[in-house]
Amino acid sequence: MPQWIRACATDDIDEEDLIRFDHGSATYAIYHSPDGKFFATSGKCTHEDVHLCDGLVMGHLIECPKHNGQFDYRTGEAKRAPVCVNLKTFATKVDGDDVYIEVP
Amino acid sequence: MAKRDYSLLGPDGARAVETGLAAAEWYHTDVPRKVMKDLMTRSDAPAIRDTIILYGCMIAFAAGGIALWGTWWCVPFWLAYGVLYGSASDSRWHECSHGTAFRTPWMNNAVYEIASFMIMRNSATWRWSHARHHTDTYIVGRDPEIAIMRPPAFAKVILAFFGIPDVIAFIPRMIRNALSGPTAEEKTFVPQSEWGKVQRVAIIYTAIYAATIALALALHSILPLMVIGLPRLYGAWHHIMTGLLQHGGLADNVIDHRLNSRTVYMNPVSRFIYWNMNYHVEHHMFPMVPYHALPRLHETIKHDLPAPNRSIAEAFREMWPALKRQLAYEDFFLRRDLPPTAKPYREDFHKAALGEAIPAE
Repeated sequence: MPQWIRACATDDIDEEDLIRFDHGSATYAIYHSPDGKFFATSGKCTHEDVHLCDGLVMGHLIECPKHNGQFDYRTGEAKRAPVCVNLKTFATKVDGDDVYIEVP
Repeated sequence: MAKRDYSLLGPDGARAVETGLAAAEWYHTDVPRKVMKDLMTRSDAPAIRDTIILYGCMIAFAAGGIALWGTWWCVPFWLAYGVLYGSASDSRWHECSHGTAFRTPWMNNAVYEIASFMIMRNSATWRWSHARHHTDTYIVGRDPEIAIMRPPAFAKVILAFFGIPDVIAFIPRMIRNALSGPTAEEKTFVPQSEWGKVQRVAIIYTAIYAATIALALALHSILPLMVIGLPRLYGAWHHIMTGLLQHGGLADNVIDHRLNSRTVYMNPVSRFIYWNMNYHVEHHMFPMVPYHALPRLHETIKHDLPAPNRSIAEAFREMWPALKRQLAYEDFFLRRDLPPTAKPYREDFHKAALGEAIPAE
């Protein structure tokens, strides 16, 4: 049953950046886009077991810190080798000063 | 003493997977997020400037070599052209494979394809082999880019300065890739979705070399091959000289780049040809930092790294005797001391990874 979980405060993430958010045994990446919106994906690269939180956000792309593979974090689409498999994305909402994600 | 099996399909690779040495979490120096974001920032300007200089010089030197062909005056022009073709292409291939040289993706891809052709690496295959090199740097049986295996094959190392082993390996592989796609070993690190691309790239390369040879035969002159192909031999020495220093004589089967990679201060010309990859510990620890920001990254984290070698010559004086010792004792490696400001090596972890105590220098 999906549920909304508070992930962070809106000012915890600079614009054009991301943070890691762990919940239970799962790890997520929460993004603050340059246009002020928030997005969420699974927290690890689909290529290898690497946390994306140390990566670089450029516009709407997240680049993995290990091999420079890129995803569009709005859709999860793999955009640059060596990543081939899309990231999972999760719905987000802002309530007051808090960012929530919908987790399964 | 352990005998190493460098095959990607052999027992060492399988053991690395079983023990968790493959795809492990590596040591990173702590760098504040804001500082790292600044270092990772992409820019087109430095690489556009360097690319114009590189290709401009190549055109000028080739033109000089062609104009003076038949006289001894052409020799320095070809030597200079050869180094840019057969060595600078290595660093351009490398940086653009990471996608960090330029901010604009098509610029990275364009320079990557040209450099891959010049350095004689299938651009589709080697993108993946280099990803593996970063995942499993100098993990025996996992890393397909180990330049000096143990015991070192010195004859091969010397011949590499003239590009000979690389070219001998490349040509039959190119033809085989063109005829039937990637080999069984290549299939271990190239995803199936890319196998067709490996074959297409090999067909294009084969066609270009065939056309160049045909032109040389038609002209009864090796001049076309002096421009395309042969510079990979007569200009290879610089990228071998710098490339051997990256990991030569250092540890293998560890997960701390301070133990298996080497930073060397170099002269400005070599740094231009090598695109700052002399900051090699820094590059492996943070591969997202573009080449032009590596000197700043070095200043940021050098308190946590072994002291760099002061010059290419000094680094060779350190590495070469270590390689000679590895002839008799494969497990020998140079253990580089850390400054007092650094976080110590995790002896316990590396002992477990190696299956024995780390030999001290």
